[in-house]
Amino acid sequence: MNVKRIAIAVTMIVTIVLGVAAAPLRIAVIMPSATTDLAFSQSMWSALLTVQKEMGGESALVLKYTDNMFKVPDAAAAIRDYAGQGFDLVIAHGSQYGSSVQDVAPDFPETTFAWGTDVNTFGMANVYAYTAAAEQGGYVNGVIAAMLTKSKKVGVTGPIEVGDAKTYIDGFVQGVQSVSKSIAVAKTWTGSFSDVALMTTAAKTHIASGADILTGSSQSVVGSIGAAKDNGKVLWFGTQADQASLSPKLVVASQVYDWTGMLREIIAEHQKGTFGGKTYVLELAGSGLKIAFNPGYALPANVRKAADTAISGIIKGTIKVQP
Amino acid sequence: MKGLFSLNVLTGVLNSMIALATPFLYAAIGETFAQTAGVVNLGVDGIMLLAAFGAFFVTLMTGNLWLGLLAAAAIGLAMGLIMALISVTLKAEQGVSGIGLYMFGLGMSSLLFKVLVGTVKTVQGFQPVSIPILSTIPFIGPILFNNSVLVYGAFLLVPLAWVVLEKTNLGLKFKAVGQNPAAADSLGINVVAIRYLAVCIGAILAGIAGASLSISLLNLFQDDLTSGQGFIAVALVYFGGWSPIGVLGGALLFSAVNSIQLWMQVLGVNLPASVAVMLPYILTIVALMMTANRARQPAALNKPFDRSEN
Amino acid sequence: MRPSARSLNESERYCVRSLIFIDMPETRAKLLQSLSPRVGQNVKTGESRARLGNLMPSATTTGKPLRKGAPIDWTKVVLNGAMPLAGVLAALAIAGIFLALLKVDPLTAYKSLVDGALGSTFGLTQTLVKATPLLLVGLGICIAFRANVINIGAEGQIIMGALAGAALPLSMPGLPGFVLVPLACIGGFAAGAFWGFIPGILKARLRVNEILSTIMMNAIALQFMNFLLQGPLMDPENVRRGTFLAQSARLPKEVWLPRLVPQTLLHSGLFIAIILAVVVYIFLWRTTIGYQIRAVGLSPDASGYAGIDVRANIALSMTLAGGFAGLAGVIEVIGVQHRLLEGLTSGYGFTGIVAALLGGLHPIGLIPASVVFGGLLVGADKMQRAVQIPSSLVTAILGMIVLFVSGAGIWAKSWAAKRLAGRPQGTEATK
Repeated sequence: MNVKRIAIAVTMIVTIVLGVAAAPLRIAVIMPSATTDLAFSQSMWSALLTVQKEMGGESALVLKYTDNMFKVPDAAAAIRDYAGQGFDLVIAHGSQYGSSVQDVAPDFPETTFAWGTDVNTFGMANVYAYTAAAEQGGYVNGVIAAMLTKSKKVGVTGPIEVGDAKTYIDGFVQGVQSVSKSIAVAKTWTGSFSDVALMTTAAKTHIASGADILTGSSQSVVGSIGAAKDNGKVLWFGTQADQASLSPKLVVASQVYDWTGMLREIIAEHQKGTFGGKTYVLELAGSGLKIAFNPGYALPANVRKAADTAISGIIKGTIKVQP
Repeated sequence: MKGLFSLNVLTGVLNSMIALATPFLYAAIGETFAQTAGVVNLGVDGIMLLAAFGAFFVTLMTGNLWLGLLAAAAIGLAMGLIMALISVTLKAEQGVSGIGLYMFGLGMSSLLFKVLVGTVKTVQGFQPVSIPILSTIPFIGPILFNNSVLVYGAFLLVPLAWVVLEKTNLGLKFKAVGQNPAAADSLGINVVAIRYLAVCIGAILAGIAGASLSISLLNLFQDDLTSGQGFIAVALVYFGGWSPIGVLGGALLFSAVNSIQLWMQVLGVNLPASVAVMLPYILTIVALMMTANRARQPAALNKPFDRSEN
Repeated sequence: MRPSARSLNESERYCVRSLIFIDMPETRAKLLQSLSPRVGQNVKTGESRARLGNLMPSATTTGKPLRKGAPIDWTKVVLNGAMPLAGVLAALAIAGIFLALLKVDPLTAYKSLVDGALGSTFGLTQTLVKATPLLLVGLGICIAFRANVINIGAEGQIIMGALAGAALPLSMPGLPGFVLVPLACIGGFAAGAFWGFIPGILKARLRVNEILSTIMMNAIALQFMNFLLQGPLMDPENVRRGTFLAQSARLPKEVWLPRLVPQTLLHSGLFIAIILAVVVYIFLWRTTIGYQIRAVGLSPDASGYAGIDVRANIALSMTLAGGFAGLAGVIEVIGVQHRLLEGLTSGYGFTGIVAALLGGLHPIGLIPASVVFGGLLVGADKMQRAVQIPSSLVTAILGMIVLFVSGAGIWAKSWAAKRLAGRPQGTEATK
């Protein structure tokens, strides 16, 4: 009897251990816009898909998502629900979700929470915060833009002057001015992250006022890129995701948020038993921020060299960009 | 501030005004038909969204813009029939069914976009067609007579709608069922059929409004592409006092102010951007207060008709 | 041509005034017709408008002063509840096709919907958390609707209320909760009321249509919030850290509403909303001003003859509607978010209209309607997570539900009306 019992117990333990070892990691992500926005949400979603592929597909990493969650109270419910379901990592991909994470995280000490963009972990051991130093890529884009403009007029089409939309553009302006103080940078804000029609009109207004270079931020800039494309001569600088696909000839470079390095590290730490307590800042130093030069645009060698100098200057710390 | 009063800015404002006003004209004149017949359709924005996606998707697949436009009109018609069924036949509270239609269109367009397209893509939309001779008129020629087909269509729609509403038998019937359905009924007018017709005309035009965004002005689709333009269109109907000419005035005013506020930002006028963005909304209200548009609304607006009660 | 109120003498006016509150359409119209043909016509239009738009308080919902001893028509009560439910089921049946097309088993999906709203403590509390703003906004919609004014402006009014509800406690830290909470609530109510008063007075004085003005006011409020969150109200920490997020600082803990169940978001704002529902009921059916608002909604012209200040009542109803929406904004800030941020309104300004109609535009009916609709919203979100469909499908399904319910609800009423109309006059009590 005893032997039999032990045998059963051993079998059970082995099954459990093997089961646990084989159990895939489970990640849930809550995003404010669609996974197809070619901007903020897509940058995170495609990073997660990349990591999933690296780890060996769905058997190793289960991904669940909640998109278009611009309703903050509903996001709070989603965060708590995923944590309650025992997900290993819950990513709240939107700065508006901070209070919700702060509320929920203490109740689930075994779950890793990551949220951004912000730098505040609330002093909790199971919360990561992450942000992107968008001003750095903005600065590099600004340097290139200043060297390419012939009309000495550059246009910025922004949504609302907050968050990384603001920091990117502030960096861009610093980059332009580092090359020449005489270049005029005009800024417009449409007051909306989604109003494509107004964004298009803003871009056309810049073009009509003589700007030959445009940049901007948010999911509605697809309209600005369209306006540049219609004109055929105006160049575009992207941010958040590589936007070259929308206008292969006129997009010079895009600042790309690459969250994969951070995700890999968070996952590795989770498996070692560390659940948070750290802030990640995507920067040009490291691999988080990248400048994706569009191969379809023939960038003059001297401009490329200046861009590379700016990048290495920022990495070394000889160039300081104020957010 | 000085730079704001230059020829360059004036040209720019007029160009943007015409582009921005185009979807408003289709949607608001469509809504004028529906409201003249007594039905408030608050779901215009939802129809615009789903039709914008339909036009974009069909164009992307077939490369044929006219098929895209047809798809938009067909989607408009289908959603118009739903709206009419619920608000005319089932006599629902129109404000609420309109909100339902809006949510349906918003969700469905975003869902189909995600499932069928997956990411932002662009299409080759309707190109500007310059009208011979007229487009060579100095200054206004290139502004007015070098636009895409859908822009011309929007502005031609204004006199057309005016003639239909003011000079035809059909227009009279629309007004009759909107003013006094019981009397119209006693004169042998089929109130339900006329209201169906008006709602469907409105919805088809709302569909074309969506298409004018996705395959003529912006040439792409993105979640919530309209950003509430359909609601502004409904507001413009009240602004215009249920007259296509008035709607034209409202659409041009709103679009012009929007265009001017962008120019103010570009030229660095010292005004917070948020305040600049508010200007078109504030001025629309103020303009209506000033002009004191006392047009009486259709007496039976927002009221379903029940034959058995009269 | 509007005949002036002077065309009636004092006794006639008194007569009209009392007649407006009689819940017997035929008798009322006849009596009024004998008084003055024009008045009679006006009242008749007002009456049919009221019946069709379900604005007329029915025997089951009106207070005693209208008709004493009216028996509750249980068939109607059941129909009022059952038909919207049938609408929900029909919408879900059609939505099932879309789910199947996305290779999701509809039954699994709907099981998770019910489970999400009712199956756990968190789900249940979350349903109530959503019901709270729906109820508050709905109360305002209800008051406006009774005066025959459509308030599409609740989104903007919520924003204004939330702004005041966040700015006041932030500007005077250190005060105790029993001062700060009422202060925030009153401030938010006032801010929302102000935002409702503007379209109200524009309609009353200048006949600016309220649909136009409220749509514009929504956009203005949103930009105003953007403006404040970019500067004066932005958390100084966000500036110091260089993140520049569009959020205010966290409100002092004193102003947070107590949480009712640990590890949930359920807060005491729910009680405030329920108490106010009763208050609004008493206001509308037991006070003179309430009577006047309803009379104006039934027939502005007849009310005018009866000496009621129609303009003032229209403006008042919009002001109150705005106030309640504003209060919903404050409660969201001090009850749920504890700070001001974008995305706070969550579309309650529109879903509140739906809840109000579901509740039969009656303050007490609104309580169960808000809970049911809140549960639907919570359950639908849970369904998204459980079967991993895009959130946009959830929005589309909710849209279909609203469409079907709005169609079914009125159908129930016209059925009930026909049933009544089929009876011979004067034999209502017998079968």
